[in-house]
Amino acid sequence: MTSTKDCAGKCAVTFTVNGEARQVVAYPMARLLDILRNELGLTGAKEGCGEGECGSCAVLMDDVLVNSCLVPVLQAGGTAIFTIEGLASEGKLHAVQQAFLDCGGAQCGICTPGMIMATVELLGKKPAPSMEEIREGLSGNLCRCTGYMQIFSAVAEAARRIAAP
Amino acid sequence: MRPGRRGHGMPCPYGESVMTVQRNESIVGASVARKEGRDKVTGRARYIDDMTLPGMLFGATVRSSVARAKIKKISFGAEINWDEFVVVSAADIPGKNCIALILDDQPCLADGMINHPEEPILLLAHPERHKLWKAMAAVKIDYEELPAVTTIEESEGGLASGREVIWGADNIFKTFLIEKGDVDSVWPSAAHIVEGEYSTGAQEQLYIENNGIIAAFDPAEGVTIWGSLQCPYYVHKAMMKLFALPEDKVRVVQMETGGAFGGKEEYPSMIAGHAALLARKSGRPVKIIYDRAEDMAATTKRHPSRTRHRTAVDGDGKILGGEIEFVIDGGAYATLSSVVLSRGTIHAGGPYHWPNIRIRSKAVATNVPPHGAFRGFGAPQSLFAMERHMDRIAQVVGVSASEIRRRNFLRPEQTTTTQQKVSEEVNLEFLMDRALELSDYEAKKKRFTAANATGEKKRGMGIASFLHGAGFTGSGERYLDSVAGVEGCADGTVRVLVSSTEFGQGTNTVLCQIAAETLKISYDSVAIAQPDTFAVPNSGPTVASRTVMVVGKLVHSAALGLRQTLVGAGLLRDGYSAEEFRVACAEYVAKCGVLKSYARYQAPPDVFWDDEKYRGEAYATYAWAVYVAEVSVEPATYSVAIEDFVALQEVGRVLHPILAEGQIVGGVAQAIGFALYEKVVWEGGRMRNNQMTNYIMPTSSDLPPIRVFFEEFGNPHGAYGAKGIGELPMDGPAPAILNALEDACGVRCTAIPMLPEDLFAAMAHGGPDATVLSGKTQ
Ligand code: FES
Ligand code: FES
Repeated sequence: MTSTKDCAGKCAVTFTVNGEARQVVAYPMARLLDILRNELGLTGAKEGCGEGECGSCAVLMDDVLVNSCLVPVLQAGGTAIFTIEGLASEGKLHAVQQAFLDCGGAQCGICTPGMIMATVELLGKKPAPSMEEIREGLSGNLCRCTGYMQIFSAVAEAARRIAAP
Repeated sequence: MRPGRRGHGMPCPYGESVMTVQRNESIVGASVARKEGRDKVTGRARYIDDMTLPGMLFGATVRSSVARAKIKKISFGAEINWDEFVVVSAADIPGKNCIALILDDQPCLADGMINHPEEPILLLAHPERHKLWKAMAAVKIDYEELPAVTTIEESEGGLASGREVIWGADNIFKTFLIEKGDVDSVWPSAAHIVEGEYSTGAQEQLYIENNGIIAAFDPAEGVTIWGSLQCPYYVHKAMMKLFALPEDKVRVVQMETGGAFGGKEEYPSMIAGHAALLARKSGRPVKIIYDRAEDMAATTKRHPSRTRHRTAVDGDGKILGGEIEFVIDGGAYATLSSVVLSRGTIHAGGPYHWPNIRIRSKAVATNVPPHGAFRGFGAPQSLFAMERHMDRIAQVVGVSASEIRRRNFLRPEQTTTTQQKVSEEVNLEFLMDRALELSDYEAKKKRFTAANATGEKKRGMGIASFLHGAGFTGSGERYLDSVAGVEGCADGTVRVLVSSTEFGQGTNTVLCQIAAETLKISYDSVAIAQPDTFAVPNSGPTVASRTVMVVGKLVHSAALGLRQTLVGAGLLRDGYSAEEFRVACAEYVAKCGVLKSYARYQAPPDVFWDDEKYRGEAYATYAWAVYVAEVSVEPATYSVAIEDFVALQEVGRVLHPILAEGQIVGGVAQAIGFALYEKVVWEGGRMRNNQMTNYIMPTSSDLPPIRVFFEEFGNPHGAYGAKGIGELPMDGPAPAILNALEDACGVRCTAIPMLPEDLFAAMAHGGPDATVLSGKTQ
């Protein structure tokens, strides 16, 4: 791409966020993360590194986990975005959120939105993941607090609860 | 097993350990839901970067590109319309140009002189964040460079090039000397004298939330700071000095904080100063959020260290005496180095009985960004040396790693290196037995030794036994003079008032548990006030694993006081129900307006400490642990895998099993990074790999099953018998892993971090220390 942020004009981009249709006017290369946080007020996704390493900005785009710090908003056009804010319904926590709460999966909480979205994606693909699959499935999401063990417990517990509610 | 001791293992996701936690009716000891947990799992928790104020500007910091220099000239490029920007320099500081902490030697903005790379020089602010980048690049700074020192050895002046004095008269921030017995007399009678040198590298805290602050300034109201921080009152003190303002004209509010680990203990004062200076000059609120690269390059890290041991033992391996020299690299300014040094010095002798010992230590200055607080605070460094050295002594004497430790363990009534009598019911041998049993140590060791002789993949087992003092050192708690409060609200619920902060460890939850248990009301009817220096008393910094033990006890006393007030007012009778309490509390507030009870720290009468001689009760109590690591080494790639990890500790009463386990596992994971992954690459005093792509912390696929077990000996000082817990797990894993590595492949590595390329080099050369280190046998 030859155009840069400063010389390219803004454009309108349409997508759905947590099921609602949204339109934003932004520079095409603006990061989806900034659009979600600053334009749409959805501050659940966090910036930990800004270079695709930590996963704290992870959201679902057409059911695929993406690091929103690496996604130019233009690329999100026409897709369905799902963020942590869309997970709990009518005040009731999603099974994954509840399991994180019960098992100690969130300490400082900064990695948690990304970690939970990664878990939702993982359980969507593999409803009964093995420990190896959990480790692998979350390896794009860094957590500095928990040492991951309680996150693994939370994921396993969520899988159990979803299977037998 | 002694009577009265209770042990339990934690559930491991791998399903290997047993859960025998006793479920009781009480709130303390139960894994209640964490107070701010719901907000964290729904994305509603508000961190500093989630907050915006009307009219807010974004701030950025122009930093030095050299390690040591005089600033000759600062020029502003013509390509930028500077009228759009707010520019702040040292000349804009209304008070003293320093970040007040211990020595006040660190400027808030460099004024003429540069002492390390990334030192702040100028501040810029603009309504649009992206415009700051271009402007920063357009500021040109001309330097007259001066010779810099960037390592401990250069600072000591050991290099042939001579010595450059960069701080004070001799580059030394602080020294300590601990003497016990007469070490000079032991050498002639020693069967063996064992020497060793050990070193540890810098480590980045790598909290996933970068540092960030928002500041506002009002000529009448003064300075207000919101931020990601550990110690609101540290920031408060620093702002008073920087702006020459009285106490009530500075307000500091902690936002939800996304990890800290010591890394947000002192540096937030710097960022707060910067944001507030910009706010004062512009008249608008200013937000400064570091990006990852800036956070890693410019803010504090764990102090690199070097430790030398010389130990005299008898024919059975019993320690007769020894000398330890412990040195840490403090970076360019004093910051907290003296305190880190103190803890490292006191822990240098490990959990062993030394009839005679001399420990000399010093913190030296270098031209690198100041090193600072990081979980463990000096102890992981000196204990790494002690525990590697213990294995070395075992080899020289010809006994096993567990036996050498057993023969030297501290026992009740013996004294530590500071001559503190062990008055607790410590039983380290029991911990050793149990850790060996839990890890299946003996059987595995036998199996591995046999298999290693022929097999490709090498396996090994390693042990570390250690202690960690809880709370501030020596007279520290007395000076802190902490206060905690408990408030009864109009609706009959209760709020805990402390400046102790939550950054993942569970402060909010555990302090509410203590208040609820003490008042005999439900956990749900107790909340914690947001740390705000206008609303909560100074309960001291949230560091040194002191919160549950020291502040928890204050909350307990304050809660008792509150109950007493209600009883005294005739509103409550003994044996009351939770509902009766609620009614009484609401009634009192309706009648009298306010219901608050405070408690101030009282030094236990049996705690004595001599700051001059560094002698006495260094800590009110200690946590004790034995960790066992099992590793395997892939000969083709030199990659090390930890196959199993057992962390067994005695931390007093476990107030919240899930949080406690989380603290231990998280600490072990960071310590595994410290040992095997996390290497800061330095170039001229600057961190070169300041990104997550090239500074590697463990991911979920790197870690072994970390199996956590607790034993309880009991502690009279803490709240409901709790001791500190947060830092302990940082101390043991690195030496246990390196001990296991030596067991696996016979190479004696004495420096961490130990990456595959370092292991390769060590194996190729027969060990990095083969010439320097040898067990001398007399
Ligand atoms: S912020 Fe997007 S991966 Fe780290
Ligand atoms: S909970 Fe703090 S980074 Fe994961």
